[in-house]
Amino acid sequence: MGIMTFRNTMLANLFKKPVTTKYPAEPIDYPEGSRGHIEIEIEKCISCMLCAKNCPSGAITVDRKEGSWEINRMDCIQCGYCTMKCPKKCLHIVPGYTAPDGVKQVDRFVRPPETMKPAAKPAAAPKPAEEKKPEAAQKAADAVKTEETKQN
Amino acid sequence: MGKKSVIPFGPQHPVLPEPIHLDLVVEDEVVEEAIPNIGFIHRGLEGLAEKKDFNEMVYVAERTCGICSFGHGMGYCEAVEKLMNVEVPERAKYLRTIWMEFSRMHSHLLWLGLTADAFGFESLFYECWRIREWVLDIMEKTTGGRIIFSVNQVGGVHRDLDEDQIRFMKGELDRIERDLKNCEKTLFEDATVQKRTRGIGVLSKQQIHDLGAVGPFARASGLKYDMRMTGYEAYGNLDFEPVISDEGDCYARILVRTKEIYQSIRLIRQALDQMPAGELSVPVKGMPKGEAMVRVEQPRGEAVYYVNGENTRFLNRFRIRTPTFANLPGLCQMLQGANYADVGILVVSIDPCISCTER
Ligand code: SF4
Ligand code: SF4
Repeated sequence: MGIMTFRNTMLANLFKKPVTTKYPAEPIDYPEGSRGHIEIEIEKCISCMLCAKNCPSGAITVDRKEGSWEINRMDCIQCGYCTMKCPKKCLHIVPGYTAPDGVKQVDRFVRPPETMKPAAKPAAAPKPAEEKKPEAAQKAADAVKTEETKQN
Repeated sequence: MGKKSVIPFGPQHPVLPEPIHLDLVVEDEVVEEAIPNIGFIHRGLEGLAEKKDFNEMVYVAERTCGICSFGHGMGYCEAVEKLMNVEVPERAKYLRTIWMEFSRMHSHLLWLGLTADAFGFESLFYECWRIREWVLDIMEKTTGGRIIFSVNQVGGVHRDLDEDQIRFMKGELDRIERDLKNCEKTLFEDATVQKRTRGIGVLSKQQIHDLGAVGPFARASGLKYDMRMTGYEAYGNLDFEPVISDEGDCYARILVRTKEIYQSIRLIRQALDQMPAGELSVPVKGMPKGEAMVRVEQPRGEAVYYVNGENTRFLNRFRIRTPTFANLPGLCQMLQGANYADVGILVVSIDPCISCTER
């Protein structure tokens, strides 16, 4: 049994600079690969809804008609599962946490109109090509519907 | 002879930020009986298994606990892998072992800090948490998350370690070991610590065995019971012996947990050196069908995972038995006859995690 066993540590700490930082006054460095928040390259998105369907917390809403992609930042648990599921690899999980907020912040991204129907551009066969794309998406959407009904 | 009175302890208590409620029947400052009551933060995680795809469920399962999150994710994945007869690649097994041991270090350091805080040694608390912060930094650099790593998947892991990260890990381990040695002197030898912990809450090996206690709590009473000895993941290839102590008091629990941090450091070093190259995951085909049960050693003790599937994307049943649940009878036994002033340290000494107990 000893007394003053902490003395050396205590004295040493007097001459060291603080371990803590003055966050948020001082910015913080996030390491590469830190899972902070989700970013989307909306031009690449094909509204297949796979991300929305697979998100464990249901944070993503995709509207195929409007070409929009929405994320509820407060619902997202930064698991990164959507980035693995996206067939176009247009979702990325990047460093930097969402700031605390009093309201549930929903970020909405809408695809620019020129990328809405990429198949419509070649004049040769607009119709079949146009239909081809949403086919897969339709399947996914149907699957979502069945799942929803099941949940209800 | 005084009059018996009932003093409520928790669910909000300064010594423990965990919502457990104990009704302490006290007579003359001595606790005669402790009646536990849990159920303040039930979240229904097990029920979610019926609504979430079994792959998605990994992310829910690891949110069972905010401290041993990696272990819960791993336990769940192991159970589903066992059910579906998936053999995880060797490298993934080693990676899981490494991250699991890091989470054990972070959990034990957190506990050491909380214990120091429970007997009023604030500076020691900060010292322990300063070391813990380095462990969290390692986790963030290698997995992307500080507490919840989300690197497990059914069939393997998502992320790999490159040479730089391995070098970084080894360097940090040396630094952690050096600073922990410094703290250890205070933890093991200081009069303040000894006065508050020696001979407090003594449970014999037989009592621990009869009460079904698990983890460091059981090992501190001399019960050599460590699930890692069963050799799941890469533990079978690593050389280690469970840390035990015979005294069975709060001091022994500090001793065992501190030594387990060194043990984890040694295990990680071994695993980093032995880790073979190769795949990170294997594709999983089919749906879970049948039932499986696995047992995993979490920082707090043995956790049991049971899964049951009926050939659909959703599991039929998912059940976790967490270590704190197994340790609660031991706690009530210890509290009988304890001084009221020791209740705080006794409750902390089992390393209670009520959130995961209630799932
Ligand atoms: S990171 Fe996870 S929780 Fe967040 S949007 Fe993607 S899948 Fe959903
Ligand atoms: S998975 Fe990718 S391509 Fe499909 S809707 Fe989501 S972001 Fe768009």
